[in-house]
Amino acid sequence: MTNPLLEIEDLRVTFPGKGFRAKPHEVLHGASLTIDQGEVLGLVGESGSGKTTIGRAVLGLVKPSGGTIRFRGEDITHASSARRRQLAREIQVVFQDPYSSLNPALTIGDILSEPLIIQGYTKNDARQRVKTLLDHVGLPKDAAERIPKEFSGGQRQRVAIARALAPSPKLIVCDEPVSALDLSTQALVLKLLVDIQRETGAAYLFISHDLGVVRHISHRVTVISKGDLVETGPAAQVTSEPEHPYTQRLLLAAPVADPLMQEKRRAERKRLIEAQRQQDEQAGAVA
Amino acid sequence: MLPYILRRLGIGLLLAVLVTLITFWMLSFSFDGIAAGILGPASSPERIDALQEEMGLNRPVIIQYGEWLFHAVQGDFGISYFTSEPVVGAVLDRLAVTLSIVLVALLLSVIVSVVLGVLAASRAGVIDKTAQGISLLGLIFPNLLIAIVLVLLLSLNLKLLPATGFTPFSEDPLQWLRSITIPVIVLVINGISNMMAQVRGTMVGELQSDYIRTLRSRGISTGAIVYKHALRNAAAPALIVLSLEFIQMFGGALIIENVFALPGFGSFAFNSALQGDIPVIMGVTVFSTLLVVCVNLVTDLINGWLNPKARVY
Amino acid sequence: MSNLLSEATLIEEEKPTAPRRSAFRRIISDPQAVITGAILIIVSLLGPLAPLIAGHGPNDASLDAVNAPVGTPGYPLGGDQSGRDVLSRLLYSINTALESGLIGAGVAIVIGMTAGLIGGYFGARIRAIIEQVFNLIMTFPGLLLLIVLMPLTRGDHRTTMLIFGVMLSPGIYRIVRNVTIGVRNELYVDAALVSGVSTIRILGRHVMPVVIGPVIIQAAFLMGGAINVQSGLAFLGVGSAEIPSFGAMIASGFQNLYVEPFQFAWPALLLGVFTACLVLLGNALRDALEGARPKPTKVGKMLRAADAAAAGVQTEATCLLEVRNLKLAYPSPTGELNEVLSGVSFTLSEGETLGLVGESGSGKTQTAFSVLGLLPGEAVVTGGSIFFDGRDLLSLSENELRKIRGRDIAYVPQEPMSNLDPSATVGAQLVEGIRASTGAAKSEAKQRALELLERVGIPDPKRTFGQYAHEISGGMAQRVLIAGAVASRPRILIADEPTTALDVTIQAEILDLLRDLQEEMGMAIILVTHNFGVVADICSKLAVMKTGEVVEAGDVVEVFQSPQHEYTTMLLNSILDESDVRTDPPVNVTEQSNEVSR
Repeated sequence: MTNPLLEIEDLRVTFPGKGFRAKPHEVLHGASLTIDQGEVLGLVGESGSGKTTIGRAVLGLVKPSGGTIRFRGEDITHASSARRRQLAREIQVVFQDPYSSLNPALTIGDILSEPLIIQGYTKNDARQRVKTLLDHVGLPKDAAERIPKEFSGGQRQRVAIARALAPSPKLIVCDEPVSALDLSTQALVLKLLVDIQRETGAAYLFISHDLGVVRHISHRVTVISKGDLVETGPAAQVTSEPEHPYTQRLLLAAPVADPLMQEKRRAERKRLIEAQRQQDEQAGAVA
Repeated sequence: MLPYILRRLGIGLLLAVLVTLITFWMLSFSFDGIAAGILGPASSPERIDALQEEMGLNRPVIIQYGEWLFHAVQGDFGISYFTSEPVVGAVLDRLAVTLSIVLVALLLSVIVSVVLGVLAASRAGVIDKTAQGISLLGLIFPNLLIAIVLVLLLSLNLKLLPATGFTPFSEDPLQWLRSITIPVIVLVINGISNMMAQVRGTMVGELQSDYIRTLRSRGISTGAIVYKHALRNAAAPALIVLSLEFIQMFGGALIIENVFALPGFGSFAFNSALQGDIPVIMGVTVFSTLLVVCVNLVTDLINGWLNPKARVY
Repeated sequence: MSNLLSEATLIEEEKPTAPRRSAFRRIISDPQAVITGAILIIVSLLGPLAPLIAGHGPNDASLDAVNAPVGTPGYPLGGDQSGRDVLSRLLYSINTALESGLIGAGVAIVIGMTAGLIGGYFGARIRAIIEQVFNLIMTFPGLLLLIVLMPLTRGDHRTTMLIFGVMLSPGIYRIVRNVTIGVRNELYVDAALVSGVSTIRILGRHVMPVVIGPVIIQAAFLMGGAINVQSGLAFLGVGSAEIPSFGAMIASGFQNLYVEPFQFAWPALLLGVFTACLVLLGNALRDALEGARPKPTKVGKMLRAADAAAAGVQTEATCLLEVRNLKLAYPSPTGELNEVLSGVSFTLSEGETLGLVGESGSGKTQTAFSVLGLLPGEAVVTGGSIFFDGRDLLSLSENELRKIRGRDIAYVPQEPMSNLDPSATVGAQLVEGIRASTGAAKSEAKQRALELLERVGIPDPKRTFGQYAHEISGGMAQRVLIAGAVASRPRILIADEPTTALDVTIQAEILDLLRDLQEEMGMAIILVTHNFGVVADICSKLAVMKTGEVVEAGDVVEVFQSPQHEYTTMLLNSILDESDVRTDPPVNVTEQSNEVSR
């Protein structure tokens, strides 16, 4: 059995409180997960759950206050900036907001070649690679001379994906990559992500609040609530027949695009919430 | 809230000490010429040296400062080298004059700026263009020239107002008003230019906020929306400009006091600086610093009262 | 890959390419910038050239020239009371002014920009230290300090302006710091960090280009200020008598005003030119570099194009609301009208819940705001009618519309936090809205507000009543907004993506709430959304919008089961199937084939 590509153990992150004398608060209470080579792990949670923080910790954008992150066996929890520069070849990111993740003043070509030049590419090699990348994500070749303002949200997200692919990374952290896109564009970009994953064999840490999206792309899914990972398992199981009460609520709360089925789901949800409430009461009465 | 105020005042006093220390240290480079300045350059070198020694100006700077500070915290700022009057009294007298001018100017500036700024932002069109024009005019012409031109026009040519001199309010309110009119006009022109642009800009931003639209959707009148909601939220940045303007006016008053021969704080500082009157200079510095500290504290308090998110106490 | 490409170009209509004009070009094409800039450059050049142009030294005095009139040979602008050539002194004074401006502005910018970049980029702790230092600087009593330090500086304008520059630096610091923090928080900086870009490179490549603009603008204003201050000080007699300056010349000219007025006029004119040009240049630079700043528009004005049809008559008398052929446009920067609604039509009857569905740019939100009469001031209605209760809303005045708003037609916005007045309590806003739409007295309104808060599911109504927007959660804020909307039992509730900003579990609760409220109060609801699940949950009919038109409308069950328009079909097909799970196993690829080959 090969070692996992990414191993997170008991990760804790604490943010300082806002204001003069506010207490710091812990956002992650000891999260542990693994991702194997070529695997997509979906990380589902609502706002404030800490899902984005896990991603940022893996990328080195946030300093953990406890626990370890191991990449290919090496402890990268407190990696130096020099080491991070090397890791940039292997760990990349696609952010949620296609509008603020690309510098509006630079051309697409400049945006895509920046990470390459850092890694030692010559200008010509970089330009070649940019052409290849644009092709791979389905953008026209002349896009390199234009600026982000001239592209739609979906197209910009493709640029962001191309930027992540540039160094041929082993792991890509996808932080809600389709959440800010229109419905039709979502489907296309998601398909692009799946195709790329199949072709390149990169692993994804796919962060989202949408069970449906996660179901579509992940091999395994882990659910996070208020800083704790509550359930982990194969995608099919966790997203259709979850065992943890929180995941069950999450699943039934998502409306299904069929009026008659949605009516049924609504009734199911009411039943579930009632059942959970009774369970909580009994547990409270016993304790 | 009280502990916050006390803490701010405490920090303010510390800052004042620091400021006076730095100022004293910078001034100490000129101590060599003080005795000569008092006695006059024609005096013999021996007499100059003797006076220098007598005044204690040859001692290490930090000791001289320590002595000054020791007396200062007890309220004794010494006496002027040149006029022998106690510094505290002299400074306060002059301060009253300048404050009377500055406060009147500030009040007028605020009223005009707020009214014009709000109208410009909420009605747009002609009023907006006019307001922007007024603001621009005030910025284009140098303060100095405005003061001179007004004196020429109103006093010397038309003889409407006195060109120089100051009459205390207690002596004759009407004369007092007449004696401060031109200085106030000059300060107000400057004040309006800065403040109105700020008020207008902030108001325009506020009026385009989401919550304004939601309030409109409830059927609330336009007047209430502009003057109650938008203005209250626009007040905070405007207040900052206001406090800066107040400090600036104090400085601007300096030139005006000189042109109009008003016995104010600025000209007092100026003359004592020209002569090298160290005790007066230090007294002036302390009071100015404390003034700045108080203005900032009051601004923050008002800001906190208006804007609950900014409350730091 | 190829079919992906064709799908992409089919569906993602490319945005129209905006004409790219670099900042430099914009400055060049602004007459105000060009003229003032040219004047400044020409006049400034005269200064350093003074030794060549001036006929005399600045302090050369000659008895013949005392108070010489304009046009005296050798003294083209006259002589002053000491017999010095006015023109020569003027030219050398330009140098003094330039030095003052450059030193004052330069020092301020160097200190402020460096501190601002460091403080803005490197986090709160370093920033706090830097700001303590600047607090100290700001405590120094401004202009008075310059005076007070005269014994030290002897009034030398260079030293004085150096100190002045230090005093001005907090202003620059604040601006640079804010810009830097703004850029630091952008995701593209995070992306650069992940790519291993060094701090220096990020500062140079991403931060500086954004910082430069505001700094240049401030430089113009600072220079003007420095020259002004230095002139004022020189006027007062601060400074060496040897060094000519505008202030000194104005002072001596002022004394001689009735003898020879031109002695005063020349320096005054030149000082005025410098100041005015710098201010105007700064303004022009600001317009060119910062461009689109929000312009004020009259609150409550809704424009209607002159050629729009006059108020029509409602044809279908049975329905509550009829939107007929609504056309809306916005003026582009070049003045033409860009249409955003090209003839929208739909009806709404009592008790119905209409879902207005579409992607971004479809015009669904614009339609909703048109019904409410809450469009931005630049919007122009170019055609169509909106009938409510038999009247065409588009023909009513703002006052008449205000009576309908809040009372009969209410609004629930999308973003809960930004739609509450940050400086008023939740309760105060509710009460004000209730009084405006129902005319109730204050105590009555407060009672009603508390009842409503409880009805919408706020656990502790009294506590929430006294809280501010930033003290409650997003879900609670949305409930508060819904409470405010339904307070007057409106006939129509327009909800603009009311759950988009909320978590899915909260969304379900809010939708339940809306459904209950509708049943209880008999409201009709227009729900603007892009989420078909939400439509399926709560709507009885729907209208699909695409680029300003309704392409399909009908009963919810029918449209879902058999959509008629290809756009609707496409949208429904884009929805991820619940049974669509990833079946292929994790990719086990060897090292070599990891590369993206082509």
